[in-house]
Amino acid sequence: MASLAQRKTLCVASPLTLRIVAECPVTKARACDLILPHSAVSTPVFMPVGTQGTLKGITVDQLDGLGCQICLGNTYHLGMRPGPDLIEKANGLHGFMNWKKNLLTDSGGFQMVSLVELSEVNEEGVKFKSPYDGKEILLSPEKSISIQNSLGSDIMMQLDDVVSSTVTGPRVEEAMHRSIRWLDRCIAANKNPDKQNLFAIIQGGLNADLRKACLDEMTQRNVPGFAIGGLSGGEEKDDFWRMVTLSTDHLPREKPRYLMGVGYAVDLVVCVALGCDMFDCVFPTRTARFGSALVPWGSLQVKHKQYAKDFQPIDPDCPCPTCKRHSRAYLHALFKSDTSAMHHITIHNIAYQLTLMRSVRQSIVDGRFPEFIRSFMKQMFPSPDQYPSWAVDALASVNVTLE
Amino acid sequence: MAGSRIKLELSRVVQGESRLGVLKGLGRTGQHCLEVPGCLLYSHLGTVPHLTQDTLHTLKNIPAVTQVTLSSVAEHQEVLQEFKGGFKKFAGLHDTVVYCSLHDPAALCPPGYTTNKTVSVWGSGGRIELTVAKFMAIQKTIQPDWYQSMADGETWQSNTSRKRLRKSVDRTLAHLDECLTIHQNSQDLQGVEVFGVVEGGDILEERARSARETAKRPVAGFCLDGFQTGSMDQTLRTQLIKAIAKELPEDKPRLLQGVGRPDEVLACVEAGVDLFEGFFPFQVTERGCALSFSFDISLDPERAVLELNDDETCRAGEGQPNGEVTDGDQTQMTSFEINLKDKRYHDDFRPLVEGCGCYCCVNHQRAYLHHLLVTNELLAGVLLMIHNTAHYIGFFSTLREALANDKLDLLKRR
Repeated sequence: MASLAQRKTLCVASPLTLRIVAECPVTKARACDLILPHSAVSTPVFMPVGTQGTLKGITVDQLDGLGCQICLGNTYHLGMRPGPDLIEKANGLHGFMNWKKNLLTDSGGFQMVSLVELSEVNEEGVKFKSPYDGKEILLSPEKSISIQNSLGSDIMMQLDDVVSSTVTGPRVEEAMHRSIRWLDRCIAANKNPDKQNLFAIIQGGLNADLRKACLDEMTQRNVPGFAIGGLSGGEEKDDFWRMVTLSTDHLPREKPRYLMGVGYAVDLVVCVALGCDMFDCVFPTRTARFGSALVPWGSLQVKHKQYAKDFQPIDPDCPCPTCKRHSRAYLHALFKSDTSAMHHITIHNIAYQLTLMRSVRQSIVDGRFPEFIRSFMKQMFPSPDQYPSWAVDALASVNVTLE
Repeated sequence: MAGSRIKLELSRVVQGESRLGVLKGLGRTGQHCLEVPGCLLYSHLGTVPHLTQDTLHTLKNIPAVTQVTLSSVAEHQEVLQEFKGGFKKFAGLHDTVVYCSLHDPAALCPPGYTTNKTVSVWGSGGRIELTVAKFMAIQKTIQPDWYQSMADGETWQSNTSRKRLRKSVDRTLAHLDECLTIHQNSQDLQGVEVFGVVEGGDILEERARSARETAKRPVAGFCLDGFQTGSMDQTLRTQLIKAIAKELPEDKPRLLQGVGRPDEVLACVEAGVDLFEGFFPFQVTERGCALSFSFDISLDPERAVLELNDDETCRAGEGQPNGEVTDGDQTQMTSFEINLKDKRYHDDFRPLVEGCGCYCCVNHQRAYLHHLLVTNELLAGVLLMIHNTAHYIGFFSTLREALANDKLDLLKRR
């Protein structure tokens, strides 16, 4: 007899449609239109992270103006402050922050790893000690979904049992199996399956067998999308890409693949080639606040003395508002006077990420993604012997050879 | 110096003191104008705090003049020298007039650092000492549309001796003469206007002397220094400004430094001031507050008042000062604002101010601003700066309207 979870997902129409617009004949890359309740999203897509219901220093109009179609909010943070009840009163997170396009909320699972001093995990859920008032809170699959239902995000993530990718041994297997059980509990707890999409998160650490087992189980659940989790946490890149490609090999073609926590340009391009559609990372926006501007040839530390008299924009070819009006020298000086310097770089970095993904998508649509990869790598690294070996290997595995 | 291009066209003078008009001929090509009484746009290195051009331009009626301070610019002299294009171009400012002041009105200067020949400003790297020669060299690299001459303004402590105050007047006049000489001989500063600075502390005779002597020089207008909020009470300030005004020509503008509170602005307009530095909205923003005072001139000609929002006056319960500002402390909250960090706003879904058309009030609610402040999010500063600037601009607009329609005396605090 079908489980409650399975019956639930069979009865209601999905608020997500994936249209595959183009598939790269050489690699595993796809270009898709992801239709979500608030708007369509062109993939591959990079999703900026606005943890506490705001993208640090940027208004929703500015974010919209950059072409962002989906961004992230975080269940753990927003669940603490201001809390799900208040946000529900404000017409969900969309209403609260006044963002009219799509929102994806993480479940709070990752905080188990990033805030590990504060947490304790068992079958029930994750116990956190609140850093704000010392109170203990239990984040269970049901609680996480309940908060995300109140937030009203277009895509919700299951609560998974997250283990750092550098951990080995039986804990990894325990976490993988528990994540499956928690997925079923999340599916059962979702009050809004007709409006909010619940994604599963594939775990299994760096162990191919565990990953495969997780994939086999989770793909039996009828969820609208899958995330590849438990990676991007400091593991060796050689292990990282192998887990990514193993995962995409076993995920259904007609559902979106979301690789969590990936945001460096090289990683994005390679992982698109390995078959991923969606990405998120705090890196571009966080590094901006330290004055680091992302450019096709790496990054530029605007606060460094060498830019004090550099009167070009960050990237002469970049059409973002920052590059259209300001020079490196002015931004360098502004960092000494006002916080708006950070906002200028944040805007530029988001523009860089979104432009990169747009170019990637277009090249897939035009059938020239492998050429795009080659010229991207040429621009990013001074010479071929500086290409990271993991990237060379990963690309070779999908038939792209770099000189 | 050739006749100044800046022209103050007064349309009304009320009771011989309050002036209403337009300052014309601003900028190198003389095409900008600023209505008076008015405020300047406060900036850090040419940028309105927290804002980029996109967020700044959500505002309507942005003042045509941006104030830039030597304290933020002086340390970049070498860079500007190499850039060669002047500060406006360096900062990406396209359609504004740049006025360069010596000090930042929102940042207090430690006293004790002026000498006969020098004054000091504080940049991000520490103190920078300026002689007139260096001061003028920096102005040449900045190429502002107008600037205040170098002045010894370290006289805002209330117990400063008469001797010291006399010295500040003398030094300031000497600096002015030296500035003007260099200015007149400089190609780079052709078309740039200079304002003289009136000093004299709290001594009436010194103030009058400073005004009289400065007025003899070929300056385009006058800065009134040493009246900063907290340095003296408004009665004395009014008295001194009136005395100064008597010595100044009617047709040249008077810019009052360091005063921004709406009630003080009102009183100073009545004493004859035309221009104010626009730093008050920034200070309000920095303490997580939103300007909320009403400046509605009601249609009832007899009972129009500048009133506080009713529900905000019971702030006394939180131990907040109500209206009065303690001596010298510009960072204290005033009765013109609401403190959004207060718990009462956590589920208040109204805009900051009903009927305010600014980007923040149209798009966001008090509860959201409260959340941003509690979680220390950068967006709080952006949104508050937009609202506070819009509100302040609106206040000046109404102030001018009140002057035009003889309602100034009704636009007062209850």
